[in-house]
Amino acid sequence: MSGIPGAGLAKGLAVTLRTMTKRSHTRQYPDVDPELPPRSRGVIALLEENCTVCMLCARECPDWCIYIDSHKEEVVVPGAARPRQRNVLDRFAIDFSLCMYCGICIDACPFDALFWSPEFEYAEHDIRDLLHEKGRLRDWMWTVPPPPAHDPNGDPSKEEAASARSELASPAVGSKDGRASAG
Amino acid sequence: MPVWLELAIRVLAVVAAFLLLPLIVGQTEHKVMAHMQGRLGPMYAGAFHGWAQLIADGVKFVQKEDVTPRAADRTVFRLAPMVALVPYLVVLLVIPIGPGDHLVGQPLDVGLFLVLAVVGVGVVAVMMSAWSSANKYSLLGGLRAAAQLLGYELPFVLAAASVAMAAGTLSLPGIVAAWRPWWVIWQLPALVVFFVAGLAEIRRPPFDMPIADSELVFGYMTEYTGLRFAFFLLAEYVGIVVISALTTVLFLGGWKGPFGLDAELGWLWTLIKVFAVSFVVIWFRVAYPRLREDQLQRLCWLVLVPVALGQLVLTAGVRVAIG
Repeated sequence: MSGIPGAGLAKGLAVTLRTMTKRSHTRQYPDVDPELPPRSRGVIALLEENCTVCMLCARECPDWCIYIDSHKEEVVVPGAARPRQRNVLDRFAIDFSLCMYCGICIDACPFDALFWSPEFEYAEHDIRDLLHEKGRLRDWMWTVPPPPAHDPNGDPSKEEAASARSELASPAVGSKDGRASAG
Repeated sequence: MPVWLELAIRVLAVVAAFLLLPLIVGQTEHKVMAHMQGRLGPMYAGAFHGWAQLIADGVKFVQKEDVTPRAADRTVFRLAPMVALVPYLVVLLVIPIGPGDHLVGQPLDVGLFLVLAVVGVGVVAVMMSAWSSANKYSLLGGLRAAAQLLGYELPFVLAAASVAMAAGTLSLPGIVAAWRPWWVIWQLPALVVFFVAGLAEIRRPPFDMPIADSELVFGYMTEYTGLRFAFFLLAEYVGIVVISALTTVLFLGGWKGPFGLDAELGWLWTLIKVFAVSFVVIWFRVAYPRLREDQLQRLCWLVLVPVALGQLVLTAGVRVAIG
């Protein structure tokens, strides 16, 4: 409050008037879809084919909202001495009424079976309907965006670096697809 | 035209203005306030930018239960909203919107006197509602309002008196007829004092200490529900119209416009000016925080009253010099 008396009052009026002439910030959500960042945490999708029932996600989940049931099946491999055993997924369910969207399950999954999807409109009238079974989790996969492109200035992936190193050490072996030559 | 028909038409026109103008001002407030805060305001009611929001609010208020607290003084409690509303209706009756006798509800030689007297009734309604509610917040709000209204009555009347002195008449059409554009400069301090005191009279922000929803729930309106509460709200918005109209008529030349078509377009100039002043009332609400009780009284007694008295001296001096 220095200078001309009432300057502060005039400034207040000017600020509100200027705001009035600008576009408002309101997002008209139900009428207009929101523009979400590509990696928004909306819902967790399950790529069932990749799941090996290792149970890492269920064990890492801080609030125990992942339910997994499975059984073992014997697979007879021709030419092998004994039949192989393989885990078959019976049930995979995430209870989104418990989930706190930390994403630890997705980080923990070593087989790329869990993904973030930006879909968020799955509110229910009954809280029990927030328990998404594997069919529904599989359906969310269709909404998962493609992974972001590799940063052109970033380090190459571990596999690429290792491959390039082995190629340098023994050029005779080489790499079949020639990918390592890029590194 | 028989007298009774003319009377009926005049009264109906005033009642229509009484119901319509506050709605327009209220809707403008919704939208202007929203955009000044970077929002959109009501968008759904009426399907186009929420134009029917206040109608929807009215329907909602009608449906609500009309509760009278058990400890309340029933008769006074139920009467207070009407007492708050009726004075403004009476004021609208004497405000001219155009030249001649047919564009005013009731031309009156002592129009200004009547207006000032009737607006003063507001404090009675506030005290009625505050005391009869049997609620300490209501009472606190009512006492604040009483102190505020009585205090601001003085600069309000003094500023109006300055114009009456300049025009040499108490008749509102007479004041507009005597008004000249250079009066805006001459009467500028009175204009500011009148407008600010008028804001305080209708308890609009930044002078809403009696309501002060963050400290007093809703002041003297705390116990009111449904239609009676709506009447208090309506009184506030009619108050904006009345104060804007008075400011227009007394200080801004009423129906006088920049071209010579005052007889035909006078009503339009009046309405434009009334809405412009109403816009400023809304603008002040958005821009300024509420004055504390001591700041409120200090502004009244140490700023507005001396300025109004100085304006009276100036008006008298110029009057004597010209005439």
